[in-house]
Amino acid sequence: MGSELGIDPIAIDVGRLLQHSAASLYSHLVTRPTGRAVRLAIEAQLSATSRTSLSMIDLSEVAVIDFSCADEVVAKLLMRFLQEDRPGDALFVFRGLDVGHHEPIEAVLERQTLLMVTEGSDGQCGLLGTRSDEEQHAWSVLESRGRIDTTEVASVFPSEIHRHALDELVLRRVAFASPDAGGYHALSTLLRDAHA
Amino acid sequence: MRVVDLPASLDFRTSEALIAEVSASGTEKILFDGRHLRWVDPNGMVILLATGAVARERSGELPRLELATVGEVRSYLGRMGFFEAATEVFDTDAPSPRRSAGRSDVLLEITPITTNGDVHEVVDRVQKRAGAILSKTLGYPPTSVVPFSVILSEVCQNVIEHAEGPGWVAAQSYNWSKRLGRQVVIISVADLGRGFRGSLADEHSARFSDRWGDATALEAAFIHGLTRFPDSGRGQGIQQIRKQVRRWDGLISIRSGTARIADVPDWFDAPPMEGGLSDFAGAQINIILPERVGHGV
Repeated sequence: MGSELGIDPIAIDVGRLLQHSAASLYSHLVTRPTGRAVRLAIEAQLSATSRTSLSMIDLSEVAVIDFSCADEVVAKLLMRFLQEDRPGDALFVFRGLDVGHHEPIEAVLERQTLLMVTEGSDGQCGLLGTRSDEEQHAWSVLESRGRIDTTEVASVFPSEIHRHALDELVLRRVAFASPDAGGYHALSTLLRDAHA
Repeated sequence: MRVVDLPASLDFRTSEALIAEVSASGTEKILFDGRHLRWVDPNGMVILLATGAVARERSGELPRLELATVGEVRSYLGRMGFFEAATEVFDTDAPSPRRSAGRSDVLLEITPITTNGDVHEVVDRVQKRAGAILSKTLGYPPTSVVPFSVILSEVCQNVIEHAEGPGWVAAQSYNWSKRLGRQVVIISVADLGRGFRGSLADEHSARFSDRWGDATALEAAFIHGLTRFPDSGRGQGIQQIRKQVRRWDGLISIRSGTARIADVPDWFDAPPMEGGLSDFAGAQINIILPERVGHGV
């Protein structure tokens, strides 16, 4: 399905990038220049595709991430691909977040009013960052269904406020709406389809 | 030669007299007389280095540091890496390498901070050593090593990104049985940069008009998270450090220029803001984390 929708899955291991980027030999995601080097390396990987990319950003090999790096690697990366002049279309799912990662990442997301999708160790996806109750509801329904066809939207979300929230999730790039095939897609479903 | 007497105990409060004397000194060579020094913590060590560096800059020659030839202070300073850090700051008699060997009890020796690589090295070292001290000595959960490392990373980056001058960091645990009846960990960072007022002046002084000074600059950074960078992602470091230190019921203070600002817990007696102090050109950050008591910390 991911391929049919014109989406390329890209796996990015931040631990490996950290050791092979300009910040070689460093094992922790600390200091702003290190974060900037890792973000630029991620952007370089994403620029290799002309289609929409679905990037699985893996932080499982990163023991420490400080606030400066969370701002560079997470907040600035998300903001870059929300801008109108973004270098390409990219969707992100972050995995491998442990308890020590949550606070710095959540802090920078709240500061910039950003939202992201995370995949837990049990494979379940969730949202991290600032969102309204309506956005949380719309995302949870979409996540549980995997996909909502255009014709189903009104029956799944009888309330206008939730339909609006669903569109907001697409704009915030934590859900995908296919311009060609139509319908709304949970990022977790796109990931599973891509690896099927 | 001007003689500056060091007190018997040198910490972030008693070092005020040291800062005042060096601040008031002229261009003559200084002898730092530490023969009566019996106890020194990371704040005392990094402030001693900073004031020594100021004296060196003014006189154009290394100031002399005299320490008692007997007693534990000299060997303790050796274990904390003081004499390596002091090589370019003081003319002093370092103990033989044999006497300064064995640093297994040291949380973080005095480490110069001049590059981002130094910050990585600090985090690497602390990751290896802090676990046992934080859990066994302070009673913090095992997961506290990561936020502790993040605190160190952010305070060290403050030296590189904002001070634009050399600095030092050190950390060690102590038994504050008389003062507090508990163990504490003390983190200290000092730099010889341009201070908070200097760092923020171009971007923010106009809005404060004639109120602008060291105290308002500290308030702007410490309370409001302002930085000299227009990037809205900046300025989170100190805010998040304060939040974590509060969570551990700790003390954090920043001394810069003629002022000091602090988040003061119930167990410590100090004003949240002090002005009119002797000039300390750079900045000095002091963090004291107490042992957990019951479920309170």
